Amino acid sequence: MTVASLAFYLFATAAIIGGFFTVVSRNPVHSVLFLILSFLSAAGLFVLLGAEFLAMLLLIVYVGAVAVLFLFVVMMLDVDFAELKAGMAQYLPIALAIGVVLLMQLGIAFGDWHVAEGAEAARAAVAPEGVENTAALGLLLYDKYFLLFQLAGLILLVAMIGAIVLTLRHRDYVKRQDVLQQMWRDPAKAMELKDVKPGQGL
Amino acid sequence: MIQADLTLILPELVLALFAMAALIFAVYAGKDKLAAPILWLTAGLMAVLAAWIGITGEGSRTAFGGMFIDDGFARFAKITILLSAGAVLVMGQEFMARRDMLRFEYPILVALSAVGMMMMVSAGDLMALYMGLELQSLALYVVAAMRRDSVRSTEAGLKYFVLGALSSGLLLYGASLVYGYAGTTLFTGIIAAAGEGQAPIGLLLGLIFVMSGLAFKVSAVPFHMWTPDVYEGSPTPVTAFFATAPKMAAMGLFARVLHDAFGGVSADWSQVLALLSLLSMFLGAVAAIGQTNIKRLMAYSSIAHMGYALMGLAAGTAFGVQAMLVYMAIYVTMNVGTFGFILTMERDGQPVTDISALNQYATRAPGKALAMLILLFSLAGVPPLVGFFGKLYVLRAAYEAGLAWLAVAGVIASVIGAFYYLRIVYFMYFGEEGEGLDRSRASVPAGFLMASAAVMLFGVVNLFGIEGLAQAAAAALVN
Repeated sequence: MTVASLAFYLFATAAIIGGFFTVVSRNPVHSVLFLILSFLSAAGLFVLLGAEFLAMLLLIVYVGAVAVLFLFVVMMLDVDFAELKAGMAQYLPIALAIGVVLLMQLGIAFGDWHVAEGAEAARAAVAPEGVENTAALGLLLYDKYFLLFQLAGLILLVAMIGAIVLTLRHRDYVKRQDVLQQMWRDPAKAMELKDVKPGQGL
Repeated sequence: MIQADLTLILPELVLALFAMAALIFAVYAGKDKLAAPILWLTAGLMAVLAAWIGITGEGSRTAFGGMFIDDGFARFAKITILLSAGAVLVMGQEFMARRDMLRFEYPILVALSAVGMMMMVSAGDLMALYMGLELQSLALYVVAAMRRDSVRSTEAGLKYFVLGALSSGLLLYGASLVYGYAGTTLFTGIIAAAGEGQAPIGLLLGLIFVMSGLAFKVSAVPFHMWTPDVYEGSPTPVTAFFATAPKMAAMGLFARVLHDAFGGVSADWSQVLALLSLLSMFLGAVAAIGQTNIKRLMAYSSIAHMGYALMGLAAGTAFGVQAMLVYMAIYVTMNVGTFGFILTMERDGQPVTDISALNQYATRAPGKALAMLILLFSLAGVPPLVGFFGKLYVLRAAYEAGLAWLAVAGVIASVIGAFYYLRIVYFMYFGEEGEGLDRSRASVPAGFLMASAAVMLFGVVNLFGIEGLAQAAAAALVN
């Protein structure tokens, strides 16, 4: 057994164990930590595949931002997870039944496993040759898939407009900072010095 | 190369740039005070773009390595989308302004959503398809929840969003299966992989998932559950928008995927479509009978109409696509008129959606009642009107493709469906005397109502030449 296959089994097992305990943990904080373990193992699998850029992305975006955000939400909000899971026993049989049916259907599909002729070649043909995969991703994203990249930008713009439209409210009674007004304030007018005699007050 | 590509997507580019410029301008100068001018400008630009696409477009060209297709089919769909979106914008302006709902983001979001729809009907790649679909849907979720102080509107937005995300998940799962088995996301590559009779089962499984996702977008049974609630909860002008342009875009995308990417295995998807169509027609016809809210009724009506449009697609022939396009164009025109009427329904300045409020409407506003009568007869598919010819087209397409049972079922469903359309007519002309509607001052929606009714009446001569255009469009798609 080579080192690579040893590492693969190590990461794969860790990913599955992490995923399993994410679901079954009673303490939500533990769940999030197991989720992070699962992400880390998946990143390891990506490195083994030679996709080091995706591995780093997974670490930075998912572990660095998303999972930590989850952790904050879990710790800050008082969500009663026991109550959320209460319906589980009730729905488990039907969920399992649907899952089994879906698995069987997928089994049929994989049982007749033949990809279309030339599919492997078509998949490989996209990647530019002679460049490492980070550079290759850049070449594809900003050149060949330029249109999709711009559309993704538009989608994010819509998401931003949506968030503002649905949540931002202009309330009149809230004090707001007016930078220009602050800068144009004249100290001579803004302040008045009074000489208060001892024992007399104003 | 990039210049030629950009020239081809110029209409989309102009609309997107306009939306962004309007957004920046409105944020810096005036906010909601500018909402009405921006709305009129957007609608005007949409009309201009529709004319531009109609006049300058010719032939079939692709851009961005096949990801964007500009052909007769895409142009037909784009013109319908742009014109109906513009009409619905203009129609709802007064309604929204009077109820203090008109915010400057509304026309901008509608414009961005229209860009997404234009990308959808021009998609030549699974990824481009998904990007267009998400751009469209995301803007729709936001406008559904536009009245954020109303529980119903927020509920509509949230429901639409959650179920829409689920359907996007289905679609993506299917797309990844298709990519896995075909080795490419380009439609030209997929049809080469699926065309040789022996399509891998995995590819078909992926197709089924993609179709489920798309069926959600056209609200075909059994993926229709969101429709009545979203139609009822959204502000009426937004409901009018939901019922028109996005439906056309989703049907266009449906036809595009099925024929451009899976044209070789039409026998496999035709039976699925036939089932979707059958269920939609019957559920739409039966479930609408018990409705008392006219917006919910229109939701079920649109489900039934999507069933008929899918029947055209189920035929799997060029004539089927032509029938679908004619049907959709007629459907969109009728819905613009009907929602124009619903927008004028009010009492004491408040919008009314209860059907019983229409009692004796004909004595108060005979002109509008007559126009609505024509539209309702046309929606039901009563012979001399244009709506009948739309139904005739899809029934003929299904019959000629050997789906005679489906055509018979379609006739039965349309007879059942006629009941609830005619019930509204009954209320308007013979209903009991009761608390009725006020005389509405809104002139723009009433104008669209009259125009749409006139089209239904005078279109019987030659359907305004739409058959020929649809035939050319269908020929561009199916070959």
